[in-house]
Amino acid sequence: MMVLEARDLACLRGDRVVFEHVGFRLGPGEVLLLEGPNGSGKSSLLRLLAGFLTPLAGRLLWQERDIAEEGEAYRRTIAYVGHLDAVKPMLSVEANLRFWADLHGATGQALERALDFFELAELRELPARLLSAGQRRRLNLSRLLVREARLWLLDEPSVSLDRHSVALLGEAMEAHRAGGGMIVAATHLDLGLAGAARLRLGGETGT
Amino acid sequence: MRAFLAILRRDMAVALAQGAATLLSVAFFVVTITLFPLGVGPDPATLARISSGVLWVAALLSVLLSLDRLFQADHEDGSLEQIGLGPLPLELVVLAKVLAHWLSTGLPLILAAPVLALLLNMPVSGLPVLLLAMALGTPILSLIGAIGAALTLGVRRGGVLLSLIVLPLYIPVLIFGVAAVDASISGLGARPHLLILAAMLAPSLVLAPLAAGASIRLALE
Repeated sequence: MMVLEARDLACLRGDRVVFEHVGFRLGPGEVLLLEGPNGSGKSSLLRLLAGFLTPLAGRLLWQERDIAEEGEAYRRTIAYVGHLDAVKPMLSVEANLRFWADLHGATGQALERALDFFELAELRELPARLLSAGQRRRLNLSRLLVREARLWLLDEPSVSLDRHSVALLGEAMEAHRAGGGMIVAATHLDLGLAGAARLRLGGETGT
Repeated sequence: MRAFLAILRRDMAVALAQGAATLLSVAFFVVTITLFPLGVGPDPATLARISSGVLWVAALLSVLLSLDRLFQADHEDGSLEQIGLGPLPLELVVLAKVLAHWLSTGLPLILAAPVLALLLNMPVSGLPVLLLAMALGTPILSLIGAIGAALTLGVRRGGVLLSLIVLPLYIPVLIFGVAAVDASISGLGARPHLLILAAMLAPSLVLAPLAAGASIRLALE
């Protein structure tokens, strides 16, 4: 049983406790949306989940085991989309994505599928420096589709996307969910995900 | 292995696409060295005596000049954190990136060195050992440099700090690199010096990726 569980988490950034007593439980096919004002710790929580930060207190468990102990096995199961697009401007769209596909041992088919899904196939030869902010973000998001990560960690994934692309993102998230994947996302837009759990950070804490 | 090659291939593609950056450090190497005959005077005997030292110091500085782009660009555009989430341990990521750095910086320097050595009137008998010593020494420069580059990730104006960290650590390479060439020119045999360089390369190959990997992990917090 794939379950991600947070128990009584607290996070320290600099000398400020960003949040404390945060807990949740996420099973297959479930979505958790993080809400709260700027600086309430949404990004920090996602970076905790990605393993970049270590919690000040509390535990993060993946299948009942601490994510720090799981190490690479846990890293394999997550995909993280942050504020930075991780796009090399001098390489083409396809070369950019091919690198991530190769890094994760993905197939050429997965790469084509991801390019098609986010409507980048026509731009494949274009150097990424010529992409608009929205297109660059779509290239970033297509990284999610080249591999089979169970848990998606999305930090404001809809930034600079137009309405049509936001719908595509919603579709991708819905499909991921339907396949038993899990999503933790911080977003201000309504991505039309029915039955998503919500976690409010800042002010009142906890579920 | 596939992930290792993916990083190596990408870094080489980036280096080629940014040909200017690679050319820049070779150009720096050439220009610095051509300054010496102008500064010291054209006396062939003097130039021959200082040639090995000049070549090594210039090589050290050229490598140093190119270090800041080793991890910094990937750190700024978010690639480094994504690579950190990948299947490859950061230590091997460092090794792949160092290899790409050496291929795009160290190797061109080695290729340019013989011409510049002749320019400085180095006896031809010293050339083979010079190439051998540089082949052993420049990877050490890239490896040690990677530690400095990783430690100064995210530091504003990290370049100066990077030089202060890295240059003192380059001294042993400089000493034995120069000694090897001088020994072979004076007919003493360069073998011991080359062996010492090799003995420095071996642990650097293991220890530098460990140290750099650990500091990258800190920088990703």
